[in-house]
Amino acid sequence: MSDALSSATVLAGRGIRISRRNLDAVITSMMLPIMLMLVFVYFFGGAIDTGTRYVTYVVPGVLVLCAGFGAASTAVSVSEDMRLGVVDRFRTLDVGGTPFLAGHVAATVTRNALSTALVLGAAFAIGFRPAGTAAGWLAAIGLLLAWITAVSWLSAALGLVTRTAEAAGAVTFFMMFLPYPSSAFVPIETMPSWLHGFAEHQPVTPLIESMRGLLLDRPAGDAPWIALAWCAGLLTVALAASGCLFRFRTR
Amino acid sequence: MSPAVEATALSKSHGSVRVLDSLDLRVAEGTVFALLGPNGAGKTTTVRILATLTRPGSGHARVAGHDIVTERSRVRRAISLTGQYAAVDETQTGAENLRTAARLSGLPRRAAARRAAELLERFRLAEAGDRLVRTYSGGMRRRLDLAAGLVRDPGTTRVMFLDEPTTGLDPRSRQELWDAVRELSAAGTTVFLTTQYLEEADRLADDITVLGAGRTLATGTPAALKSRYAEHRLDLVARDREAHLRLTSAASAVTTGSVTATPDALSLGVPTDGSAAHVRALLDVLDPERRDVDRFTLHTATLDDVFLALTDTTALPVNDKEPSRV
Repeated sequence: MSDALSSATVLAGRGIRISRRNLDAVITSMMLPIMLMLVFVYFFGGAIDTGTRYVTYVVPGVLVLCAGFGAASTAVSVSEDMRLGVVDRFRTLDVGGTPFLAGHVAATVTRNALSTALVLGAAFAIGFRPAGTAAGWLAAIGLLLAWITAVSWLSAALGLVTRTAEAAGAVTFFMMFLPYPSSAFVPIETMPSWLHGFAEHQPVTPLIESMRGLLLDRPAGDAPWIALAWCAGLLTVALAASGCLFRFRTR
Repeated sequence: MSPAVEATALSKSHGSVRVLDSLDLRVAEGTVFALLGPNGAGKTTTVRILATLTRPGSGHARVAGHDIVTERSRVRRAISLTGQYAAVDETQTGAENLRTAARLSGLPRRAAARRAAELLERFRLAEAGDRLVRTYSGGMRRRLDLAAGLVRDPGTTRVMFLDEPTTGLDPRSRQELWDAVRELSAAGTTVFLTTQYLEEADRLADDITVLGAGRTLATGTPAALKSRYAEHRLDLVARDREAHLRLTSAASAVTTGSVTATPDALSLGVPTDGSAAHVRALLDVLDPERRDVDRFTLHTATLDDVFLALTDTTALPVNDKEPSRV
């Protein structure tokens, strides 16, 4: 167990080192959410009535969007390691599948923590003024990290099944798309009624609702618990699936 | 002493394709063993099974005394593997790659750094150690990959697997890699390598197994294989067509082996043991008046001949090959 943990730590360090050197990719993945935030706030925001200033409404959604972009990169790096045989080196050093994936996920979460901070910084610069308590902030950050971990691990599992980096990039598309049909950018009531069922019950909506509640110090109801349950469920599925897939791919 | 690698009836199928078909292998401790075969013969599969990366479909194998299925972790601690493609990170430096591998093998941070430095020195990468691997030549990458396989404490790597270690390398890098392999072997490590280059097997290996379509075609020392499956040959070029005719009939009369004749090129190959006495006698018998033979060359048996003879799917008898153009 401690072996697995130290392997995962070493591999996380490796992942972070490598992404530091692929700065262009990292910057792109950080700039994109910021650009989208600017587009939404300044281009579309004026036309969207959310009952608050639009920037206040949209920031939690942008943070979740940013998590999706970050998580998608996990699939690409896992799939590259599988394709290039780097994983064989790790396996002959007796590193198992779980520490291998945990290293990738930990690197992604670290990267994502950084990009989340940048997005928040940019949000403040354009007038985001949250009113959350310290506890609210902590809870919101914790939830976001749980979400990032769950989707990164899901993404890592997808990286195991795709044979090329391009395919790995493509299959994670849904993670980046998921915030759009949710309450991230527009209130769900404004969507066509056939979408309500999906939009209200998909994982991103309770996540965003609870982040809004926690950051703006408004009642969030049971949304945080629902969001947390989603994260736990997704993570469990991802762990089980990646375990099976890793064994299958390395038979 | 127990053999370093011992495999009994290893088989493996991918779907309906039988990749390995009841393969038996035995590699003595401290020797260099070469698995020789054309593409698709099952070399990589064999290495992957022995290095515990793939499970055998059936059969058993022990590496460094441990069962490759039931004692996987023990096997992994006693081996290193350098695959066909260098498994190193392009965007880490050489030193970082080695430190990562050393830490994963269980060394604490400082010991890992020391080990990485030693290995860089040993594989002549010390100067390039702080450069990104992206800037390395093919030969440097392979050496780094070799080094990464040896991060465990010196002496604990008992069997080193090298899967086509020199494919795609230029001659100088190949030479450097051969030197590295010889050093490892001299230090007592058993080396198990696969190759499709006969010269490589000839120069490095104590024992060779020739693999074709997942089966053992032949096994033995390079010298034994050469004498069993190939022979020395005296290649003659006749002065003209009539001379060629005379030589061909004279040759058929004196030799028990078969004669290869290519009338269009006025050439002719006659088996010999390669000794000066035999060659001289043969020339005298074939061309007593010294007017028919224009030129001659002596073709020494090579592993190429063995390889071609063994892996030729049309299964020609050994002596019916085209005379090789040396």
